[in-house]
Amino acid sequence: MTDVRSTPVADPTLSRAVSVTANGRRYERTVPTRKTLADFIREDLGLTGTHLGCEHGVCGACTVRLDGEIVRSCLMLAVQCDGRTLQTIEGVAPGPDELSVVQEAFWEKHGLQCGFCTPGMVLTATDLLQRTPHPTEAEVREAMGGNLCRCTGYQFIVDAVLHAAEAGAGDGAAEEAT
Amino acid sequence: MKPPRFHYRDPATVEETVAILAEHGDDAKVLAGGQSLMPMLSMRLAYPEQLVDINRVAELEGITAHDGGVRIGALTRHSAAEHSEIVARACPLITTGMPWIGHRAIRNRGTIGGSLAHADPAAELPAIMTALDATAIATSAGGRREIPLGEFFEMPLVSVLGSDELLTEILVPGQPAGEGSALVELARRQGDFAVAGVAATLTLTGDGAIGRARMVAFSVAPVPVRLTGPEQILAGADPAGDAVEEAAQAASREISPTSDLHGTADYRRSVTVELVKRAVAHAAADARARAEGGAR
Repeated sequence: MTDVRSTPVADPTLSRAVSVTANGRRYERTVPTRKTLADFIREDLGLTGTHLGCEHGVCGACTVRLDGEIVRSCLMLAVQCDGRTLQTIEGVAPGPDELSVVQEAFWEKHGLQCGFCTPGMVLTATDLLQRTPHPTEAEVREAMGGNLCRCTGYQFIVDAVLHAAEAGAGDGAAEEAT
Repeated sequence: MKPPRFHYRDPATVEETVAILAEHGDDAKVLAGGQSLMPMLSMRLAYPEQLVDINRVAELEGITAHDGGVRIGALTRHSAAEHSEIVARACPLITTGMPWIGHRAIRNRGTIGGSLAHADPAAELPAIMTALDATAIATSAGGRREIPLGEFFEMPLVSVLGSDELLTEILVPGQPAGEGSALVELARRQGDFAVAGVAATLTLTGDGAIGRARMVAFSVAPVPVRLTGPEQILAGADPAGDAVEEAAQAASREISPTSDLHGTADYRRSVTVELVKRAVAHAAADARARAEGGAR
């Protein structure tokens, strides 16, 4: 299914048509070239689960996966993602009434309070566990070190990621990503 | 926190890129991985009229073995270098240093050439490449030139690259077999900017003394500082002997740190003394491990 809302482009250095697949669904939009991927995801795709904290690459809240690799969506332009595949927090759960193993673990271990940083935390943790299904605590801390949380004090987040690993979040995973 | 308006250009070749740079000069800015330039745009610290995105320039990406060392295309991502077997074999200091650069999400986008061209004095890669005596290749419409990394950095965020030049590749000589490598730094969190850091390599002779040591301090001066005095003191010395303290003290006199929110100049000086000692210890241990392992 393709969701098309593009308009004719006058000057391609100022605006362009962009086509992306996000969470398995194809979208076409026309955007200003200066628009960040983060704003594109929120405003043009309506996927507001991706949060913007610092908007300059420090906090990690806007972390998404681009062609399977985690990136900070505030540090890319939407036009750079033409033809590429995104996974946002909305695409993490296996179904509308289910949570992913990582999400379940964050719930179970109180790995969130206000929830603002959680989308970035969950994508970062999911990426870690798919590459390293059974990380040490030190590996978890290093991997999550690029994501800021101002509520939990991090301990419960580390607990949640370790719990998700035990629950098999990364086992035989690799290709759960879109 | 939104980038200003610019004319977005996305050439597909080096030739097209340098033609745009030749036409627009200082009004154009090259966008590589964007991990430093995007924040500068969003914070309105940079207002390029033309933003020249080189991410489509495929010829700029890739790592190949070259003359015993490696040739790294400027657009090669940090994560590609981090996991490259070719790099690990020929230039293990690069592999050792990579985990200190930002975080995984940053390394997935950030590029080798971008990090060098950005010339941030707190960055690891400029120090690593300076320690390894690498050479940058700059290409312009008029041709190409080679720039030794030791002469590449001028001041914070300023390199010798002209506004019409594109950094296209980096040639890194291979490290001798058995040479130890170390990157040590002090930062509040791993991945944050270093308060101070040292990149080092050293070889050990048959009797366990230091053969040649290479050391570069970073985040303690406007540009990476080759610690030539300490290198001379360490040559031929016992890696666990008194010369190490002497070298560390000498290092503190070769740097010119400034004070900021993260540390005073004096603090950076004393941290550097300690980091030199740790760098020697870690690099010597690495050299011994490689000698025992035999593999490298």
